[in-house]
This record gives sequence, structure tokens and C-alpha cells, in this order.
Amino acid sequence: MSTLIVSQIGPASSVQDGGRFGAQRYGLTPSGAMDKLSLAAANSLVGNALMAAAIEIGPFGATFTAKGGAVRVALCGAPRPVEVAKRQVDMNTSVTLNEGEKLALGFARGGSFSYLAIEGGIPGEPMFNSLSVNARAGLGSPYPRPLQAGDVFDVAPAGQTPEMQIDVPKLSGPIRVVMGPQDDEFSDEMKALFLRSNWMVSATSDRMGYRLEGPVISHLHGHNIVSDGTVEGSIQVPGNGSPIVLMSDRGTSGGYPKIATVITADFGRLAQTPAGTPFRFKAVGMAEAQAELRRYKDLMRSLPGRVTELVSSDFNIDALFTANVAGHAVSATDVTTWPGATPD
Amino acid sequence: MADPFLPPRLLPSGDSALTVEFSRTIDETANRRVLALDHALAAAAIDGITETVPTYRSLLVHYDPGVIDHETLSARLLALSAGSLAPDTEVRRWRVPVCYGGENGIDLEDVARALGITPDEVVARHVAGTYRVAMIGFTPGWSYLSGLDPSLQMSRRQNPRLATPAGIVAIGGIQTGIQCLAGPCGWHLLGRTAMRTFQLHREPTFLLEPGDEVSFYAVDEKTFAEQERAAEHGELIAERIAA
Repeated sequence: MSTLIVSQIGPASSVQDGGRFGAQRYGLTPSGAMDKLSLAAANSLVGNALMAAAIEIGPFGATFTAKGGAVRVALCGAPRPVEVAKRQVDMNTSVTLNEGEKLALGFARGGSFSYLAIEGGIPGEPMFNSLSVNARAGLGSPYPRPLQAGDVFDVAPAGQTPEMQIDVPKLSGPIRVVMGPQDDEFSDEMKALFLRSNWMVSATSDRMGYRLEGPVISHLHGHNIVSDGTVEGSIQVPGNGSPIVLMSDRGTSGGYPKIATVITADFGRLAQTPAGTPFRFKAVGMAEAQAELRRYKDLMRSLPGRVTELVSSDFNIDALFTANVAGHAVSATDVTTWPGATPD
Repeated sequence: MADPFLPPRLLPSGDSALTVEFSRTIDETANRRVLALDHALAAAAIDGITETVPTYRSLLVHYDPGVIDHETLSARLLALSAGSLAPDTEVRRWRVPVCYGGENGIDLEDVARALGITPDEVVARHVAGTYRVAMIGFTPGWSYLSGLDPSLQMSRRQNPRLATPAGIVAIGGIQTGIQCLAGPCGWHLLGRTAMRTFQLHREPTFLLEPGDEVSFYAVDEKTFAEQERAAEHGELIAERIAA
């Protein structure tokens, strides 16, 4: 048996999978990965089920060590510097840690959450069919809390397959919403202000909710409504007029009017929006939101087919050959002149 | 009172959920209609409905739009909302022990003073009630009960407490409630119960269902301590009573 040891880790890092469903009527929130497309991409690289549990790593750095044997892992999601035994490794690839080797992850750049999938998955005791950590309810396995240095995962020994890479499409554009369910608690003017303004995720945000910084959105009839059910992506507006997007660890009911709801296809992108980066919302109709949901699910299902054998970036004769035929100046010693390579 | 025959409003909650709203306010009739629709949906077992979340005034219906489209689901929900208010299954009734006052119910004396009655009278009126689980939400097992004696109604605390223990029984506004897990609470704490509405590795994991009836009886601190130990070993503590 190999083990993967958490040598060092920042806050807001925990085991997450596709989520815990079926008990929202009892107040149990689903939790689950904040960016499920990135979770699915990482799992695809190591041959796991798309929504298998992986380690969701928050904006800060982390270090893991393989002990007792080799461990194969893959990292997708928020880009960050990755090193294995002091060698630089690309995001969106699998990598094998040999016995005693360290995987060192730097701070996230241009995103918030990265997903470290482990070949063979994370062993644990599912509760309501999920290993996802819900710290408030004391749920999650193998640790029912955010990860800490010294935590140990018993994992499968790395297989003999070559390392893989995945082409994850880059999604962009405004965050699309379906208006409602309580948009009639706001004037047309306020709804227009909500849709035309630049918003920023506040630094005080967490897996329960993203507080938004921007203009004050005032209510027509006051901010107290009688609690009703919430979904992932509900945008509620409390008394101070600063919207809060309810995220994966949200309360299952809430008593503030909800002006709009982020569409499923864009939820992961919002989750990855770093504090202080401006973005906008765009209202779409139900038909478009559901068409986007189909496209999103198709994209997720296509991920295993986007996995190919990793072409070594240490020395790549094919890339050199192709590039020279195409007539570009390519230096065999300067990897940044090779096609497909972008200096960062 | 909401008109029991008015069709509910169907409000989109994103691309995969619909809010069926019977009222904008806390309303007995609306809550009964919510629970009746919830029962009817469970019985109808409609393909594509993944979860329902009853609240005081609305039912949140999670669905998979790849299995049932928005229009078909809306039509089914409206048709089922027109059905009878009487639940077609027997209402479950529970007797729940509460250790009132002292360190378990730190607000009992303040509540009594504010209402101009004795702490014993507050307890007497609280145990006299028959309550219905109107909804469970916010955190696992937090049960909101309707049916509080109007003479016990008072507004919530100005400053919610950031930390309260597990098992508190509290009043706030026109409701009483049972909070299962330790956490923040803005209500007035009358006592604590050893009953756990949510407990892992126990069958059932969640004890109360929306629509269940609950009544309380007082126990002393010694009994409460014994019941706490029994609850740790998985005993339900609450007694199910015959209709």
C-alpha cells in the first residue's frame, strides 16, 4: 500500500466529490467540489470516475509526500506552480511521485481551487454516498474537516501506464443567471443595476457563500422574507444590499430575497473567480440556461476522450520537426520557442 | 389565511429547480399545502424529480431537466397542488423530553420577565402545545415547529448568539424550534433536549420529518444527563406515540 502524506497545507482545503444529495429536506447541504469540471478533468487523467473524491486545494500552497510506494496524481483547476522532486510539472497532466518524493504546489494564480486526483481514488466511508467534507455537520471521510499537515491517505500503488495530459477547454464570458425566484422584490431599476454593474468577490468569501462588492441593491419591500429553499448559485440580497452567492456549503434554506440564480454551467467559473477580479452577470432565459446545462454535461462526459499520452516537454523531436517545417525559428534549447509552449 | 384554492406561483430557482410558492408569509394553510404537495410528489414518483425541500410557505423541487422539461414539470406540479390538504399517510407523533431553565435554558427567566409571567408558567404553556414540524433547514436537523401559544410569541434576540450548544429548544417570533447541532442562534433558549434529530450511524439518521407532530414534557437535570448518555449510544430518546 502506498500513502500520500499531507506535509503542509493552507486553509480551505478538503476532500470533495460530486456532493451529497437526498437529505436537503433535513437541512443537510450537498457540499461537493466548487468547480466540478476541474474535478472531472483531474479524475479523467488518472482513470477515476468523473465525480470521484479528490483533494480540493484552496488558494494557498500545499506539499504532499509519497511514502511506502509510488503514487500517481493529477492536478487541474486553478493554475499554480507545481514541482515534483524539484522538477517543474505542468497543470492538467498526471505525474507519478516515487517513494519519498515531494509534490509542491504554489499559490493559485487566476483561480481559487485546484483539484488533486489520486489514481484509484481516495478510500473512505461514504455518508449519503459521498466523502465530501461538511465540517459544520461533522461529515466527510477519511477526515470530517479541512485537511491539516500530517493527514495520511492510504492509496493504490501507481500503475505502469505512461503519464497523461488533458486538453481542458478554457471557458470565459459573463456569469449567466436565471432571474428569480424573488426578483419581484426588486425594482426594474435595481435589476438593471445588478446586471450592468461590475462585481468583485470579497476576500471574506468561503465555501458557504461569496459576498459580492459593488453597488448597493435595495429592496422594494424590505429584506426579510420567510425562509425558503436555496440552491447552489442562489444570489440572495441581505439588508445591507450587498449580494451573497450561495456556494456548495450553503444553508439549505434562507430568509433573504433571491434576485437571481447562477446557471449550473457557469457556477464553477464563478467559484474560480479570485477575490478582487471584476466580473459581470448576464440574464438568460430558461431555455438557454438548460441548453447550456446540456452542453456543460456533454463537455464533462467528453473529458476522458480529451486525455492523451503526455508528450515529454524535456525533449520533443516531433514538435521541433513540425515547427521547423512550418518555418518558424525554433531553438532546440529554448523551450519557449516551441509550438504550443507559452512562456509564463 | 391564504386562499386554499389559489394556484401556487411557480418560480424558477436556476436551471434545475422550481420553487412552488403557496404564500409569501408564514401561514398554516400554506404550510399544509406545501406538505400535502410534498406527499403527493413522493407518491407520484415522477421521473426526473431528484429532491424536494419543504419550507413554511413553499416547496423547492430539484429536478433533472434532461429527464423532465420545465413545462411538463410545471403542469404536473400545478395539477398536484390542487389536491386534498389531508395527508394520505398517518401523521407521526412524538413526545420529546426537555430540561427547561438553568444552564440548559439560559433565557427562561428573561422570557418570563418580558412576558410578565413566572418561568413555571412559560414551561407550562410550552409543554401544553402540540406542534407540527413545518420545515427542517439551515443546518442538519434544525426543526422549525409551528403552533406556539400566541402568549409566548416575542421577537428574536437583537444580537444572535454566535455559539449555542447542541439540542437547544428555543422560541423566536411565532415559532418554536429544536436545534440539533451546536451553532449560532438568535432565538430565546428555554431548555435542551437529549433527542438528536440528526445522528450519524443511527437508524434513522434523521428522526423528524416535515409534517410530524411534536409535543414536549419536562425532565430534570439528572434525567437529562442520563438521556444524553443513552442518546450517545444511539437511543432515540423521543417516544413515538399512537395517534
